[in-house]
Amino acid sequence: MKKLMMKGVEAIGEGAIRAGCRNYFGYPITPQSELTEYMARRLPEVGGSFLQAESEIAAVNMIYGASSVGKRVMTSTSSPGFSLMQEGISYIACAQLPAVFVNVVRGGPGLGDIQPSQGDYFQATKGGGHGDYRLIVLSPSTVQEATDLTMLAFDMADRYRNPVLIFADGLLGQMMEPVSFEEKEVTYDNSAWALTGAKGRSPRQVTSFNIDPYGLEKMNMELQKKYRQIEANEIRYEEYRTEDADVLIVAHGTVGRIAKSVVKMAREEGIKAGLFRPITLYPFAYEALSNYGEKTKLVLTVEMSSGQMLEDVKLSLCNKTRIEFYGRMAGVVPTPEEVFAYLKSLIGRQ
Amino acid sequence: MIHSIIFAGFGGQGVMLMGQVLAQAGMNEDKYVTWFPSYGPEMRGGTANCTVVVSDEPVASPVVEMPTEVVAMNIPSLLKFEPKVKKDGFLFINTSVVDRKPQRKDIRIIELPANEIAENLGNVKIANMVMLGGFVQVTKCVSIDSVIEAMRYKLSGKNSDLLELNMKAIFEGAKHVGG
Amino acid sequence: MEYNVIYKMPDALSKKPFTYCPGCHHGIVHRLVAEVIDELGIREKTIIVAPVGCSVFAYEFFNLDGTVAPHGRATAVATGMKRANPDLVVFTYQGDGDLAAIGTAETIHTANRGERVTTIFINNAIYGMTGGQMAPTTLLGMKTTTSPYGRSPEREGYPVHVCEILKELKGVAFLARTKVTTPKDVLTTKKYIKKAFLAQIKNLGYGLVEVLSTCPTNWGVPPIKAMQWLEHNMVVEYPLGVFVDKVGEDK
Repeated sequence: MKKLMMKGVEAIGEGAIRAGCRNYFGYPITPQSELTEYMARRLPEVGGSFLQAESEIAAVNMIYGASSVGKRVMTSTSSPGFSLMQEGISYIACAQLPAVFVNVVRGGPGLGDIQPSQGDYFQATKGGGHGDYRLIVLSPSTVQEATDLTMLAFDMADRYRNPVLIFADGLLGQMMEPVSFEEKEVTYDNSAWALTGAKGRSPRQVTSFNIDPYGLEKMNMELQKKYRQIEANEIRYEEYRTEDADVLIVAHGTVGRIAKSVVKMAREEGIKAGLFRPITLYPFAYEALSNYGEKTKLVLTVEMSSGQMLEDVKLSLCNKTRIEFYGRMAGVVPTPEEVFAYLKSLIGRQ
Repeated sequence: MIHSIIFAGFGGQGVMLMGQVLAQAGMNEDKYVTWFPSYGPEMRGGTANCTVVVSDEPVASPVVEMPTEVVAMNIPSLLKFEPKVKKDGFLFINTSVVDRKPQRKDIRIIELPANEIAENLGNVKIANMVMLGGFVQVTKCVSIDSVIEAMRYKLSGKNSDLLELNMKAIFEGAKHVGG
Repeated sequence: MEYNVIYKMPDALSKKPFTYCPGCHHGIVHRLVAEVIDELGIREKTIIVAPVGCSVFAYEFFNLDGTVAPHGRATAVATGMKRANPDLVVFTYQGDGDLAAIGTAETIHTANRGERVTTIFINNAIYGMTGGQMAPTTLLGMKTTTSPYGRSPEREGYPVHVCEILKELKGVAFLARTKVTTPKDVLTTKKYIKKAFLAQIKNLGYGLVEVLSTCPTNWGVPPIKAMQWLEHNMVVEYPLGVFVDKVGEDK
């Protein structure tokens, strides 16, 4: 297959287009503006529609609109912008609309900086906006995986009528790697529920509103039923050299590949290290990870945050092994060398 | 074999492009490659750099603390990255701009007056490709042919004179270090 | 014996009885919108975007596909619909808090882009659904639950004039302010609503009709007095008329 050298954000954009996305609404914000620019350039070429909204708030509501008429649609932003979108995402989740979001996470809180971070993990995986809802959250670690997961995200969004989030960071977004695109025919059909005009049928309503608490509770139960299905079907993770590992590193996204380097360094020095890399952050691989509780003597979680995924790791392992954490915050990217040094200090190695 | 290279210089010296051409060339040889830029306010006038990894196996971390090779196009880059070069690694210095000597004795130093060579070819802007030519000739990280092919791809759509000039720069750089 | 139908419920209205307060003008405006949709023959491709506010249920009263937008975001939702499927006719139905306070940015930018959507804007100078708080369009001196001493320009600023702001934007194809307190007003309003829909159907730009309306419940006066108060106060603050008309007259 022909390979192209692409930036992460551009590969996400191209993946979206190849997945049949013909509508994009967004607002520029560093470090993901190249994705907005890519869509501005590419969508007209394929007969799609690009619009730069007046804000992330407007953008997410345009997503709501485009999705409610049954079309594949995407937006992308970075942390502060994603915070602004939370209200709209809550509506989209409740109204059961498919949509794909990309958050190229940067250092926070507040205005923060524009360097890579994973500090939006709680926001992404535990709801983010108001009410009981979940996004499907995918965390790619390579440019190829970013493309593949973006294409998958559109299918998942339609299948579950649920918003799907690509949880990336500036490292992945700005990085260039070879990418190849799977040639596949895109078919999707949202005609069973989309607002297409009440022609020859009774009117339809797409709504997140029900003034009757019993009615709204029923809507909530439907959502919960769907989330249980997602949890049963969609958990994804990668295990690297874990067969005999007694030291396990848990890391996702770009930190996952940094951790892979650490595993290689450790193996070269005779340390039996392995990597567990969650790919779906929601649904989280609690059960798969729990198996390492008895097999390992140390589980080290590494994140570009103060320890957010760490809480899910702890939930998985229930204190059955020693759990440690290494994190860098605010846009500082940990190097393999520093993580390895910390790992060695934990096990009393020089 | 894993090459991890930092290309560094002033914004405008074309260090990002050097890295991209090398990564593209690596991809043409079916190697595993990553290109990662420093980005942010420092891009405006300050020192810019990018990290390229060229490897025979999938690249784990695209972030590198101790590169096997550093290309320093200006003084701040030399100061920042000389201490980071891996022992026995290469440090390439653009002596047209960098008028001081490196300190380390445990690494290999390659000096190239890239700006002068570029000026002799008629355009100082191609100093980056002179340097890249020298870099590839010394490290054998990828073949010169792959670099030319990558350059051709990068400049597709631009006028052919420009490609000609860049090719000359690559060959001259390679020649200077003994190619 | 044969009968001719000379008056009936519009097809574009659902059979659901309105739940609005006695004397509220939403009912009149709903019906006018429905009549226009019937007359233009667009019911089967028209989508309503309801707001947050008293007319949050509007999408249930129309025999149309529809949705409810987050507070203030109706025109952004409408923009998304129309851009994704330009064959649809899309209109928003919004109150003054929704359109002129929390949704000001969306309103101005939708108008400025000349989105091919239509907005029916109900200005009754108060927040109805939440129980009578101050609106951006509340008149000076008017007492509400959040301006209990009367709106003062020093404290709360001046009433916002939406049409006067929007008329400067080149994307607007039809813009008018009207009322529905007399039969003549009702007929005029219907004409305006039709033009605001034609603005998008004829691909000319954005159309908005502002309807000065009563809120007897939160104004604390009986319906007839509310109408009189509207005539003597609202119309003075908010002059009626057509601000922009690129649609022209039907031949």
